[in-house]
Amino acid sequence: MSLLQVESLSKKFGGLNAVDDLSFDIQPGAVHSIIGPNGAGKTTLLNLLTGIYRPSGGRIVFGEYDLTGRAPYEYAGHGIARTFQNLQVFFNMSALENVMVGRYLHERCGLASALLRAPRLARAEKVCRDEAAELMRYVGLHSYLSVAADAMPYGALKRLEIARALATKPKLMLLDEPAAGLNPTEALELDDLIGRLSERGVTVVLVEHNMRLVMGVSNHILVLDYGRKLAEGSATAIRNDPKVIEAYLGSTVAHEGPVGGAITSAVAVAGETRR
Amino acid sequence: MLALAAVIALLPLALSNKYFYDIAVLVGLNAIVCVGLNLLIGYAGQISLGHAGFFGLGAYGSAILASRYGWPPLAAMLTTTLAVAALAFVVGRPILRLKGHYLAMATLGLGVIIFMVITTEDKFTGGPDGIAVVPFSIGGLVLQGERIWYWLVGALLLVAVWLALNLIESPMGRALRALHGSEVGAEVVGINAADHKVMVFVISAVFASVAGSLAAHYSGFVTPGKVTFLHSIELVTMVVFGGMASTFGAVVGAAVLTTLPQLLTVFKDYEMMVCGAVMMGTMIFLPRGVVPSLARLFQTGRRRDAAKEDGA
Repeated sequence: MSLLQVESLSKKFGGLNAVDDLSFDIQPGAVHSIIGPNGAGKTTLLNLLTGIYRPSGGRIVFGEYDLTGRAPYEYAGHGIARTFQNLQVFFNMSALENVMVGRYLHERCGLASALLRAPRLARAEKVCRDEAAELMRYVGLHSYLSVAADAMPYGALKRLEIARALATKPKLMLLDEPAAGLNPTEALELDDLIGRLSERGVTVVLVEHNMRLVMGVSNHILVLDYGRKLAEGSATAIRNDPKVIEAYLGSTVAHEGPVGGAITSAVAVAGETRR
Repeated sequence: MLALAAVIALLPLALSNKYFYDIAVLVGLNAIVCVGLNLLIGYAGQISLGHAGFFGLGAYGSAILASRYGWPPLAAMLTTTLAVAALAFVVGRPILRLKGHYLAMATLGLGVIIFMVITTEDKFTGGPDGIAVVPFSIGGLVLQGERIWYWLVGALLLVAVWLALNLIESPMGRALRALHGSEVGAEVVGINAADHKVMVFVISAVFASVAGSLAAHYSGFVTPGKVTFLHSIELVTMVVFGGMASTFGAVVGAAVLTTLPQLLTVFKDYEMMVCGAVMMGTMIFLPRGVVPSLARLFQTGRRRDAAKEDGA
C-alpha cells in the first residue's frame, strides 16, 4: 500500500492554477524527488501536503487517514514533517531548544504539570534534551550544541531544520530545496545525510533544483510543469524523457509560446544537469 | 528566584514607614500582572493593550460580590477569577487570530469595552464614583494594614514568578516561544498555535484578575481609573522596560515604573518630563530592556576579563 496518495489535487490562486488536477502516489521507503522549472508549483505542493494551504479540490490520503483540509499540526501529528526553503527557524531560541521543540508531540504535558513542574516532567525534559542533542550530532551539528540559533551560519540552519523535523519522528519527510544556498562541499554532505535518513526508515520527498543531488539520491522522480504532472519514473527514465528535456531546455515552439520566459530561465538549471 | 525571595524578605529593613510599605505593595501587585503579561507578550509574542480591563474586572468582580452581596472575599475572588478566565477564553479565540497591529487594536477595543461597561453600569459598579470594598478576610481573620499586605503580596508574587518560570521551562513554554519565533515552523512540528495562544492569553488574564481583586481589597476602594487604556499601556511599558521574555525583567520593570513617579516628586512640575526622559534613555541605551541588556553586558564583561587573563 502506498504511504501517501494524492488524488486530483488542485490549488487556485485567483485565476492561476498553481497545482492543477495532480495525482500521484508515494511508496514507503526510498527517496522521491519532485523537480520542475521555477513556478512549476513544487513549493505550493509541499504547502498543500503539510496543511499550510487548503486545496481547492482533490484529496490527500496519508496511510489510511484522509487529511484533506486538516490543519498543519494535524499533518505533523500523523507523521509528516518538513523543512522550508526560506528558513522557519526559531531564532529566539538556542539551537538545541529548536530541536527540543520538534519533540513536542512526544512530550506533551498538561497545563497543571507544566505550571507546577511535576517530577515526571523534569525526567522527561532530561530525556528530551539528550535526544535532541543526539539528533544534532546525527545531522552533523555537534559543534553548535550550546549556540543560539541566530548565531549560526546558513548551512547549519538548514541542517538544524532537518534535525527539528526528525525530532517529530516522522514517517514522511518533505525537504524543500535543502541544497539551495549551500556551497558544493555542504551540498555533497547533504547527499550522505539524505541517504542516512532513508536508511533510518524515513520516506524522503525532496524538492530540489540541484540536479546532481536529485539524480544521485532519488529512487523515483516526479516532474511538474505548470502545476501538472509532466513525467514520473526512475532517474534514468526522466533524464531521457523528451518532454522533460523540452520543459527544461525549451524547444522552438516553447520559446514562441507565452510561457517562453519561465522555461528560458530554467535553462541555467538544465545546464547543470548536463555537466 | 532565591534572589527575589531574599529581596522580598530583606526589603522591610529599608522600609521605614507605612508609605514605603504602601509603594512596595503596589509594586508587588503590578509585578504579578506584568509576570503574566510577559508570558503573553515577551514569550508568546502576542500583544495585548487591554489587560487593564482584566485587572479591572478582577477588582470590580471582587468588590461587587464581596461588598454588595456579602460573599466571603476569598470565594468572591475565586469566582471572579474563573469568570475572567472564561471571558478571556471565549474572547481570545477570535481575537488571537489577528496578528501585530490588528491584534493590538482588537485588545485595545476589548479594554475600552470593559471600561465603558464599568463606568456606565453604575447600579453595580458605582460608575465614575467607584465603589467601596470590604477588607480581605479568611475565616474570621481580617487582613488589614500595609505590613500584612506586604507579606501576602510578596508571597503571591513569588508564587506567580515560580509558576511562570515552570511554564517557560516546560514543553508548553517552549511551544509558546516557538510560535513567537515562527508560527509556521511551530505548526509543522505539531503545535496547535491557536490553542496555545488562547491558553497563554487566559493565564495572563488570570494573573491580572487576581492582582485586581487583591488591589481592590487592599485599597478598600475601586474607581474606573485603574481600568483605563492608559493603565494598559503602563503595564505593557513595564514589561518592555524591564525586558521582554524575562520574568525577572517584568518584576524589575514593575518596580522601577511604579516607584519612579514617587521618587521624581522632587522635580515637582517637571516630574513627568523627567520620567519620560528616563524611559527614553533606558530604551536607547538598554534596548532589550533593563534585565536582559544588563545580563548581556555582565556576560561580555566577564568574557573580556577571562580573555585578559588568558593573554596575561
